[in-house]
Amino acid sequence: MSIVTCKDLTLGYETGAVASNINFSIDSGDYLCIVGENGSGKSTLMKTLLGLTSPLSGEILFEDGLKKNEIGYLPQQTLVQKDFPASIFEVVISGCQNRKGIRPFYNKEEKSLAMQNIKKLGIDEFIGTCYRDLSGGQQQRVLLARALCATQKVLILDEPVSGLDPLVTNEMYQLISDLNKDGITIIMVSHDINAAVTYANKILHIGHKIFFGTKEDYVHSKIGRRFLEQD
Amino acid sequence: MSDMISKLSYYATFPFVRYALIVGILIALCSSLLGVTLVLKRFSFIGDGLSHVAFGAIAIASVLQYATESSFSELIDKSNQMIIVLPLTIISAILLLRTGQNTKIKGDAAIAMISVGALAFGYLLMNIFSTSSNISGDVCTTLFGSTSILTLNLSDVWLCIILSIIVLFVFVFFYHKIFDVTFDENFAKSVGTNTNRYNLLIAIIIAVIIVLAMNLVGSLLVSALVIFPALSVMRIFRSFKMVTISSAVLSVICTFLGIVISILASTPVGSTIVAVDVVFFAIFSLVGKIMRRY
Ligand SMILES: Nc1ncnc2c1ncn2[C@@H]1O[C@H](COP(=O)(O)OP(=O)(O)O)[C@@H](O)[C@H]1O
Ligand SMILES: [Mg+2]
Repeated sequence: MSIVTCKDLTLGYETGAVASNINFSIDSGDYLCIVGENGSGKSTLMKTLLGLTSPLSGEILFEDGLKKNEIGYLPQQTLVQKDFPASIFEVVISGCQNRKGIRPFYNKEEKSLAMQNIKKLGIDEFIGTCYRDLSGGQQQRVLLARALCATQKVLILDEPVSGLDPLVTNEMYQLISDLNKDGITIIMVSHDINAAVTYANKILHIGHKIFFGTKEDYVHSKIGRRFLEQD
Repeated sequence: MSDMISKLSYYATFPFVRYALIVGILIALCSSLLGVTLVLKRFSFIGDGLSHVAFGAIAIASVLQYATESSFSELIDKSNQMIIVLPLTIISAILLLRTGQNTKIKGDAAIAMISVGALAFGYLLMNIFSTSSNISGDVCTTLFGSTSILTLNLSDVWLCIILSIIVLFVFVFFYHKIFDVTFDENFAKSVGTNTNRYNLLIAIIIAVIIVLAMNLVGSLLVSALVIFPALSVMRIFRSFKMVTISSAVLSVICTFLGIVISILASTPVGSTIVAVDVVFFAIFSLVGKIMRRY
């Protein structure tokens, strides 16, 4: 049963369309990788799925009881965060902001949920450290823990390993793969086509030509072979 | 030393000195709260723009007073002005926020236009309509704060107390939401937080703070009062909560020292406070550097 379906989506901004004719659907438990050239509109697609920008045309259906705000999100890092004075706990618990609603303070359950996710991602030893003093990989883990506070269903990750060294990159991929095995649906934008075909079960390629299908079909398709050879 | 203390205790017997201290401390407390947000959300431009707008608004307020009760122009009452200045500044805050969000570069230009325009018109209006014999003195006061200690009457003090309490309450109540939209607006939006509403709230609080703080340090120095304490403590403290609390404490200390020094040395109160803020910024930067090295 699919939980997200996109029909004839055209992505873009007031300045014009970025990508069009995007059709795909995601089932619960999928690991979808979105690949494509720089500037082909991968981040735009993520933002559209999250409701941060609206599609120029077409529709996005959330089905099977999934609500739009039940999607956790690991954004490409913004400049603001680079020198923001915030403790790890403050960042992670902000994932509970929707749960908290209008209440001014977090309650016990929300605090223990945050702690749980901090432990799950192995960052509890840095708990007293400032977010800005962490290494890139640790920062990504913190943001991932925050996303897990927001959802147990679907995670959207926009280039989660960019700027990380190879060792940390592999750890990160392993972590995401483990979350997927725990039953969380993963939608990941990646530069790294090899990782995509290693971990994902479905691939969406956007660009001049659009491909959507299983990883196996992608590897044997013309567009997939060409993209894999480039690397 | 005993000389200074006797001078201070002599001054403390005057109600207007006590009023100035109460108001100064409240304003210092409020103005520091949104410092981090202002700096990190790149909202400083709004702070700057607004202080100029508030200057224009004060000019309009005095003109209106001149038009309606010119025969009583002796009775220029600051809290009457506030009734005009506050809504005008809040509306401008909302407009600036909108333009700032839409298109980046054009937004900056619009803000520059609005703020410089407000300055020019404000000065023009004051010159044309002012009944005061000392226009440049008035303008200087509005821009840089009063040249000596603040002279406030009881209604000014009450207005300030009420506004400060509202600002404090709103800030504490929405503390986590303010963190959420400041730290990562996109994430907040994606989990369903109404970020536009909270940006608006932040802009309105900033407007109120600026109008309040203008009484203390004048419109050109307002940004300093808002930004310096936050920038100073950010060098040392590592969590949003600690930064917020300590910048409030630092701001109150600096303002208290500034007011006392201005009394003792007969210096202009606004620039003295900002000078103390700058000194503490230097100290905190140094301490931060040393801490990082070891
Ligand atoms: N906020 C925006 N307004 C207008 N155009 C944008 C905006 N953000 C990105 N773009 C443009 O949309 C295109 C796709 O960008 P993006 O989705 O970030 O690509 P990718 O993530 O695949 O590298 C780019 O040409 C980019 O310049
Ligand atoms: Mg991108």
